[in-house]
Amino acid sequence: MRVSVKKWFKDGDPWVWINAGAVAISMVMVFGLLALIASRGLVHFWANDVMQAEVEAKNGNKYTIIGELVETVKTPTAQLKDAGYDITTDAEYLDRNLVKIGNRDITGADFRWVLDQNIENRRFPEQIIVMERREWGNFYGFLKQVKEKGEVVSEGDAAWPAMEERLERVLDFYDDIHYIEKTEIGAINAGIERIRLEERGLELEDRLTPQAKADFASSRAALDAEYAVLQKQLIELYTQINRDQVLVESMDGTQITIDLAKVVHAYRPNSMSLGDKLVFYVAKLYEFVSDEPREANTEGGIFPAIFGTVLMVIIMSIIVTPFGVVAAVYLREYATQGPLTRIIRIAVNNLAGVPSIVYGVFGLGFFIYFVGSGIDQAFFPEALPSPTFGTGGLLWASITLAILTLPVVIVATEEGLSRIPRSIREGSLALGATKAETLWRVILPMASPAMMTGVILAIARAAGEVAPLMLVGVVKLAPSLPLDGNYPYLHLDQKFMHLGFHIYDVGFQSPNVEAARPLVYATSLLLVAVIALLNLSAVSIRNRLREKYKSLEM
Amino acid sequence: MSDSTPQQPNLDFNTPRLVRHRKKRKLKDQLARVSIGTGGISVIVAISLIFFYLLYEVAPLFTSAEAEQLATYEVPVKEAGETIYSGAEEQGEKAFRVTDQGVVIFFNTIDGSVHSRVDLPIDEGVSVTSVANADPASHIFVLGLSDGKALVLKHSYKITYPDDVRDIAPFIEFPFGEDAMTLDEAGEALTEISIALSEDALLIVGVTESRALVGQRFEQEEDFLSGEKTLIPEDIEFPDLGVTANKIIAEPAMRFLFVGTEAGQVQVLDTFAPRENIVNSTVKIGDAETRIADMTLLLGGSSILVSDTNGLTSQWFMVRNDNNEYRLEKIRTFEPVGESVSAAEIEQRRKGFILADETGNVVFYNSTAHSTALRINVEANVKVLSIAPRANKLLVETTDGMMQWWAIDNEHPEISFSALWEKVWYEGYQEPEFVWQSSAANNDFEPKYSLSPLAFGTLKAAFYAMLVATPLAICGALYTAYFMSPALRRKVKPSIELMEALPTVILGFLAGLFFAPFMEENLPGVFSILIVTPLFILLFGFIWTNLPSKIRILVPDGWDPILLLPVILFGGWLSMAMSPSLEVMFFDGDMRQWLTVSAGIDFDQRNALVVGAAMGFAVIPTIFSITEDAVFSVPKHLTQGSLALGATQWQTMVRVVLPTASPGIFSAVMIGMGRAVGETMIVLMATGNTPIMDVNIFEGMRTLSANIAVEMPESEVGSTHYRILFLAAFVLFLFTFVVNTLAEFVRQRLRGKYSVI
Repeated sequence: MRVSVKKWFKDGDPWVWINAGAVAISMVMVFGLLALIASRGLVHFWANDVMQAEVEAKNGNKYTIIGELVETVKTPTAQLKDAGYDITTDAEYLDRNLVKIGNRDITGADFRWVLDQNIENRRFPEQIIVMERREWGNFYGFLKQVKEKGEVVSEGDAAWPAMEERLERVLDFYDDIHYIEKTEIGAINAGIERIRLEERGLELEDRLTPQAKADFASSRAALDAEYAVLQKQLIELYTQINRDQVLVESMDGTQITIDLAKVVHAYRPNSMSLGDKLVFYVAKLYEFVSDEPREANTEGGIFPAIFGTVLMVIIMSIIVTPFGVVAAVYLREYATQGPLTRIIRIAVNNLAGVPSIVYGVFGLGFFIYFVGSGIDQAFFPEALPSPTFGTGGLLWASITLAILTLPVVIVATEEGLSRIPRSIREGSLALGATKAETLWRVILPMASPAMMTGVILAIARAAGEVAPLMLVGVVKLAPSLPLDGNYPYLHLDQKFMHLGFHIYDVGFQSPNVEAARPLVYATSLLLVAVIALLNLSAVSIRNRLREKYKSLEM
Repeated sequence: MSDSTPQQPNLDFNTPRLVRHRKKRKLKDQLARVSIGTGGISVIVAISLIFFYLLYEVAPLFTSAEAEQLATYEVPVKEAGETIYSGAEEQGEKAFRVTDQGVVIFFNTIDGSVHSRVDLPIDEGVSVTSVANADPASHIFVLGLSDGKALVLKHSYKITYPDDVRDIAPFIEFPFGEDAMTLDEAGEALTEISIALSEDALLIVGVTESRALVGQRFEQEEDFLSGEKTLIPEDIEFPDLGVTANKIIAEPAMRFLFVGTEAGQVQVLDTFAPRENIVNSTVKIGDAETRIADMTLLLGGSSILVSDTNGLTSQWFMVRNDNNEYRLEKIRTFEPVGESVSAAEIEQRRKGFILADETGNVVFYNSTAHSTALRINVEANVKVLSIAPRANKLLVETTDGMMQWWAIDNEHPEISFSALWEKVWYEGYQEPEFVWQSSAANNDFEPKYSLSPLAFGTLKAAFYAMLVATPLAICGALYTAYFMSPALRRKVKPSIELMEALPTVILGFLAGLFFAPFMEENLPGVFSILIVTPLFILLFGFIWTNLPSKIRILVPDGWDPILLLPVILFGGWLSMAMSPSLEVMFFDGDMRQWLTVSAGIDFDQRNALVVGAAMGFAVIPTIFSITEDAVFSVPKHLTQGSLALGATQWQTMVRVVLPTASPGIFSAVMIGMGRAVGETMIVLMATGNTPIMDVNIFEGMRTLSANIAVEMPESEVGSTHYRILFLAAFVLFLFTFVVNTLAEFVRQRLRGKYSVI
């Protein structure tokens, strides 16, 4: 059937197609975005082959380059000419490669743009090693010698196995040192600080007797003694860990000595099989979610951020669930339904649309500066002038987000309550149950999936909020987790790290954005995955709930 | 019947146990009612606390200033002479007066009791004839003497805490030695004097009894070992200017001197210029009759306040034009005090000043806000005014020999309607402008609290976001709700709604670090997408319609978006692939360069287009979801009736469905707009956050919310800046709340309408 253009337009079909196009575009955007994050985030942990090649520089000199190919971009020749390249071809645009060359301590920058046509003689020698270091980023190059206390112990082909072995030993020592420094000495420091505060507290109340003073001094001395023991252990460990060095050669022939103590991983990507690479990938992925960040958050893992986010969300849900449910039950079951309840309902609903930064401002002004400083004056005068609760922290962040998500819980619970048919309530009351019993035994169990939905949605929203948290207690790097082995174990007053803020901070405030970018993608992927999962589960619970009550209404 | 009467069960419902049980149940029921009632109400109250707390923090900005007289007493040590200068220290506990006989008297402000008396080292028979202070924060002032000399002093305070009680011991220092410096060789009295002080130089100028200008400039040299400063004099000779000077002010930068003349003019001398060109300009302050009553340098040293004999006071400063030439300009005139100004004083930490007249009016002004903060009457002719450094206490000496000590509560004089929303001529600017610049390193900085650029940035970001989101979301929703097959709809709707939950920090990060550079490189491609994609969709639609039905039958109705997916992907790819060629063809190989150079449009990498796209993305699901609901709930019998009467699908859509659902669509757009206005992270990350007012799509902006996020952590609690940020939050709160409520009402009315149909 042939349709003329005129008739086609007259029927309005083009507009239908345009509408269909809008749907398709939206879908492309959603899934394109997810695919973009996933593809960028997941490749980060793969051990890419490292290329060695000869490159002709702008001035015609040739040099050797060693590095990973990151991306290739088509660039108009005109722009390249402007940039000072001497180009003879007529092609309109040329390929430009971004190569990660690492060795920031030698070359100054991690990345280098190289024209594709200037690269010659590409090869992938198996001997190239990649070392992830605790400072200066990755090293790419060749292993020359392994040294012990400055003496060469192995060279040439034997060097690699020797180094692998020694690295393992060093990493064991590193774990020990880390444990002592973080956990044991951390506990001692916490103890000393507690003694200081107790002493100051007594002093403020004029109850600091010589007896008490002596007690404090003796417990302080005990801690100091413990510390001295640990200090000795540390010194021993440090001599052990600093025993081994390696001599390596970078792409321009510079030879440097690297302490194995500063190395996190060393691998030879070009000699790894697919299986090796998969194992390596999984290990890196595990490191990402379980390790602490290194190098101003641009490397290493994001465990403290995950931990902070989860802990804050848990505290938030503990606060928001009872209050949200009580408010919803009150509005739906107890309050007289009239214009006032309607207005309250609309207002609560609209609070969900109030910008999150407003809640942040409220949290900062009311909780931190008003309530927090009040608490400090009343309960923590010994710590003043350094604030305890008078500054951003886990508690205030959780409460602020609880208020932010309160409307979500109220609305969802109310919806669940309103879906329960009247006949069920009446049936229960007719059998002689009191209102409270009806509520407790009949209504609430039936509405519990709705409450779950509300709480899940609240969690999903809270996990992704960043703007208010920036005002009420998130930091880029927290020295310790808010939950640890030191009294009082859960440190509600401590500042914490957060996944969303981590993305903002590393992506925008970091000194080396280019190097950190893959990590930000990976963090984003994790956050999106968690939130998508939470939302999908909320949706499925809601749908199941609807099905359930459809049969009741019959 | 009677014999089948059921036997009465022998049940006793009133056994003590059951009664107890019933009582317990009743108690529980009541307990539940009470606790849920209080709980529910308190939650609602807690939520409304947000509103009231914001209001509570904002309110002080708009409350008017107040003053209260704390004490009044006779001038301490009256016999030591007439007061020519007075001042108070930081806490407002101690004050001092300097008399014309060269005596400094420190006294307690609360009762006027004398703390100490210092006789200044001036020669016998010499009296103090004039006085001027340097930057108020330095506590340094200069006295002009009747023998043509000048003496520089500093009032200092030593604070100790014996027995935890604050004790303030005032004393006088001589930063440049106890010897007075000779300004006028002839030894005439200095009737006017002015001092300018910098790290390495000191300038003192004065007017002698015979109306001649005299001055001396000193280079300060600091001894490395002792830290002692020595002054190396450099004489300044003024040419005969042909005017009779009666006021003089030297600006702290030591370039310009402002000379007030007998004829009611202000003459500006440029000491950097060659001697023959020393006169920069001469301006009349009013009509021929107007004379200068007072000239004062405002805090920061760039503005002078000129009060005329008519009681009018105006602010003047040097304005630089494009040729780097300075001219004295009248910036603004303040509300008159009343009669002719008899005393003037400037605040030491703000751009505020106080004027008094002979009838006892004392008026507090703020120059930036162009406002009158407070007006009091001290019921006597005011002779000398001085304000404490914190601007919370005022010392007034009247001609009847009394001193009055006032407490002033004037926390936020910087705020006025014009300061927040109108163009303001700030010091150092060429013309009035909208500027947001809340803080700077130095103390005498003029804060610029114009909310206009921020409000403008907010609306600009929201506008571009809506431009992206509205068509996509509404068109998509129309299709999803009306044309799409139910099976597909069940998949599409949740996945678009999933977008809503996507953390905006991720969108912002992608916008700032992926999309912004990508767009910069493929600018022609990004714009060609706007043309290519719809064209492709239409083209494909037309071809599809004309395909044999055998093929068309393969794809059921309502699955068109799936068909279009490859088309759109291809269109997008093609646009990007074309981008470099387009750039070479039309824009000399670099569109960005072309925009800046040929079209004269400024280009930021993180611009409104990026924000529009990213925030549009965030807003699409909101609008989509509500519109879809509204369209979907249009009763089926309406559309079926229309179709039965022979209307096409699209005609039914436009004529029947759209009008019925329009309130819902309206509320969807409103709620989407509310979201766009308050969004923080995307704007924070995807723009440069520069508070500029420019509609240019290729430039960034700063929004109210991003501004709060950036500046709130650094602002001092209770300061004007802090409260303005609260005001911004309050405005955002009110805006979104009102918009959402409006939308909600519209939606509810719509629901009512459907129930009728």
